Amino acid sequence: MTTDTRYTRADFQSSQEVKWCPGCGDYTILASVQNFLAELDVDREKHVFVSGIGCASRFPYYVNTYGMHSIHGRAPAIATGVALANPDLTVWVITGDGDGLSIGGNHLIHALRRNVNLKILLFNNQIYGLTKGQYSPTSEIGKRTKTSPSGSIDHPFNPVSLALGTEATFVARTIDMDRPHTTEMLRAAYSHKGTAFIEIYQNCNVFNDKAFQLLTGRQERDANRIYLEAGKPIVFGADNEMGVTVGIDGAKIVRVADVGMEAIAIHDPAKPNPGVAFLLSRLSHGPTGPTPIGVFRQIERETYGDLMNAQIEAAKERNAKASISDLVSQHGTWKVD
Amino acid sequence: MQEETLSPPKPPEQRDRVVIRFAGDSGDGMQLAGTRFTETSAAFGNDLATFPSFPAEIRAPQGTLAGVSSFQVHIADWDILTHGDEADVLVAMNPAALKTNLRDVVPGGLILANEDAFDERNLEKAGYESNPLVDGSLSGYHVLTAPMEKLTKIAVQETGVKGRSVLRSKNFFALGLISWMFNRPTEPILEWVNKKFGEDNPVAKANVEAFRAGFNFGNTTEEFHHTYEVAPAKLPPGEYANITGNQALAWGLVAAAKAGGLSLFLGSYPITPATSILEEIARLKHFGVKTFQAEDEIAGVGVALGAAFAGHLAVTTTSGPGVALKSETLSLALMTELPLVLVDVQRAGPSTGLPTKVEQSDLMMALYGRHGESPLPVLAPSSPSDAFDVAMEAARIALKYMTPVILLSDGYLANGAEPWQIPDFDNLPEFDIGFATEPNGPDGTFFPYMRDEETLARPWAIPGTPGLEHRVGGLEKEALTGNVSYDPDNHEFMTEQRAAKIAGIANDIPEVEVEGPDDATLVVVSWGSTFGAVRAGVNNATASGYPAAHIHLRYLNPLPRNLGDLLHRFDNVLVPELNRGQLAAVLRAAYLVPTVTLGKVQGAPFMANEITKKIIDISEDAS
Repeated sequence: MTTDTRYTRADFQSSQEVKWCPGCGDYTILASVQNFLAELDVDREKHVFVSGIGCASRFPYYVNTYGMHSIHGRAPAIATGVALANPDLTVWVITGDGDGLSIGGNHLIHALRRNVNLKILLFNNQIYGLTKGQYSPTSEIGKRTKTSPSGSIDHPFNPVSLALGTEATFVARTIDMDRPHTTEMLRAAYSHKGTAFIEIYQNCNVFNDKAFQLLTGRQERDANRIYLEAGKPIVFGADNEMGVTVGIDGAKIVRVADVGMEAIAIHDPAKPNPGVAFLLSRLSHGPTGPTPIGVFRQIERETYGDLMNAQIEAAKERNAKASISDLVSQHGTWKVD
Repeated sequence: MQEETLSPPKPPEQRDRVVIRFAGDSGDGMQLAGTRFTETSAAFGNDLATFPSFPAEIRAPQGTLAGVSSFQVHIADWDILTHGDEADVLVAMNPAALKTNLRDVVPGGLILANEDAFDERNLEKAGYESNPLVDGSLSGYHVLTAPMEKLTKIAVQETGVKGRSVLRSKNFFALGLISWMFNRPTEPILEWVNKKFGEDNPVAKANVEAFRAGFNFGNTTEEFHHTYEVAPAKLPPGEYANITGNQALAWGLVAAAKAGGLSLFLGSYPITPATSILEEIARLKHFGVKTFQAEDEIAGVGVALGAAFAGHLAVTTTSGPGVALKSETLSLALMTELPLVLVDVQRAGPSTGLPTKVEQSDLMMALYGRHGESPLPVLAPSSPSDAFDVAMEAARIALKYMTPVILLSDGYLANGAEPWQIPDFDNLPEFDIGFATEPNGPDGTFFPYMRDEETLARPWAIPGTPGLEHRVGGLEKEALTGNVSYDPDNHEFMTEQRAAKIAGIANDIPEVEVEGPDDATLVVVSWGSTFGAVRAGVNNATASGYPAAHIHLRYLNPLPRNLGDLLHRFDNVLVPELNRGQLAAVLRAAYLVPTVTLGKVQGAPFMANEITKKIIDISEDAS
């Protein structure tokens, strides 16, 4: 019999010493995930963590479940194999902005469009940490790093915009320091049937400190965190005095008092068309101003694994007694005496 | 169709073997004509071997030399080894087909030409200044011509096919004519047409009518009244099917999964000439197999590795360029010590090379083409039917030793066909696969890298198994615990253990056998698809007074444990390969034995007489 107290966080801590830099945002995410797993009523052995290469990708070594620390960028592909082989497993992909959006961009977009049952956590710190500070595909234009001494000229991805363009069925964003919100996003992703993508803003305090200061600083955060909640008007600010309107020319930040509450957009992540979610994702890059966090999109679509198994079951039913001999004899055989 | 009216007017000439090549434009349906002739010959009981050859372009410019597609079939009343060095009969559907294939026709051989296609335009495209059918340049051959296009048009008039579709049936006219000449039963072909296209389909009717027209043309035309018969072969008793190498691999992999009590998982990306394995297995869902067409080659092997981690028999299929892309994942599979079969259907390289043509030039890549110290087992089938057994053997080794295994097939085996004695599927060997279910360390701990004493394999503990939660990955693992370890002595120890595990497979594979006369001082060593041509070449040389022995290798790594001793018994070691001497280099490095290379990189298989000639040259130099 399982109960709420079956697991504690300690059950999901491996014996391995955690070796991220002191103060790294990854510690916070690890704690959020371990606590969430303990809270879930799911056997520990049913979780599999698959990662690529990078600081974030050391994650599986620290979680006492099944896991594979794989190859740079390839985690979505490998995790797809695990998930399709055994639908009873919950397969988590741990990746970063370099791993998931640069070298592994192709696998990420295809996993998202297929809707394999994967929970993809992309730790976005806008820098290459493991290789000690080179610009990444989410670094802002002009960023000076060891490989961009004159400033980066690489236009960055907005990971949420990208995911929304891939036919993904679940797209969310959260912040490492906001643990209750992270947990809420993990829960929503876990409950989603299919590929769930969460961008987690993660602070690299060594090579890119305070990249998300607007959203995490005590002084700034209230004015800049826009919590997206299904069915509710999109408002933010210390007194919810600010809001978001959505029109054909995009999503806009407005003073609620200026436009009236009825003009403020009501968030609906279940809209079949991802257009509005995309407009919301364009409110801020990087972040450079008020930035939505929460579930941008969550729609229902059959998973790849369910479709695959349905085809197999239908084929088995049609050919209930088929043996390999029958298969061969379909091609025409002859006897030699 | 009345049997009586179709009987040939005089008794057929008995032949023990004949090689027929169908050649035409790549849109002329020559592969189909050849395949149908092959199937009907197989059903008749001939032994056979085939060699399809086609351009990489689906439709190269019509009538050009580059656009020629051909299908050669060798049928015999005895157990044959090759598709035949030279064609006894060439069906030439146009001047380009004649020009590109004439050099492979035996002197005095029969050329059957579609005279309608030998017009000024086609002759010019093929580079002929005058019509070879009438200018006397073919006087060394027996030339027969038929107005195939004109007669096909008349034959299909009532069937309802129109426009450009009318002439599509001319391959069936040619097939009908050849079927008449070689006394083939007509029913299997007509049945196939009706089944394939549907009896009421105008295309089916047109093909049937064109076939009959061709058959009757042979029967009623004076010129053609000579017919041949090749009696059924005396193959070992049993049930047979005609099988290509790719089909055999597909079925062998399905059989291997059954033998292991596992589900088959194929992660793959389309690439010539491997694609038809994915296509074949994708049709077999009723065996519970899972196929996944990935976004790229890397993902193909990635999903397979994930499925291996989760307890499936994991396979990825590709050709050389794909192996290059999969190399990093292969190393991860090696490091995580998970079972995986990588099938490389080799083609002529490097780069895109000649994608539809055969070569054996990926051997070095299979053996050494990975970063780090990374030995892997490498196996190669010797014929289309052998591919079934080698697929099973590759899977057996992968599962028993928890290692990726590379299977090196090639484009010649992939598309070539031969009769295959169907095994008793209910009594195939079973693999003893045991997933770990219990902790193997003190106090209920699990050591994912505790090795089996005999095989050095680590346990296979699949996700979902309670109490055995563990992490694998690309970082070096500590012996026993599998935890990440940067310890230098541990890295050396683990490197040696991984190498010893693969080397130890030599004790689990058969010793290699030498075929040939005892007095031979020359041995020919071959591997992969060259088996038939090399064995035939060795036999011919021996019969001509130049005794030679033959060793054919199925296992390229580890090599058979007795191979070094055997090679040192001979004065000369000849290594024919469809590359520039890759196996030869391996043998010299492994055994310090001098070798002579006979290399060929023309995108074509060896002919037996090339082997014979080389044996004779070496023997004469030595005497």
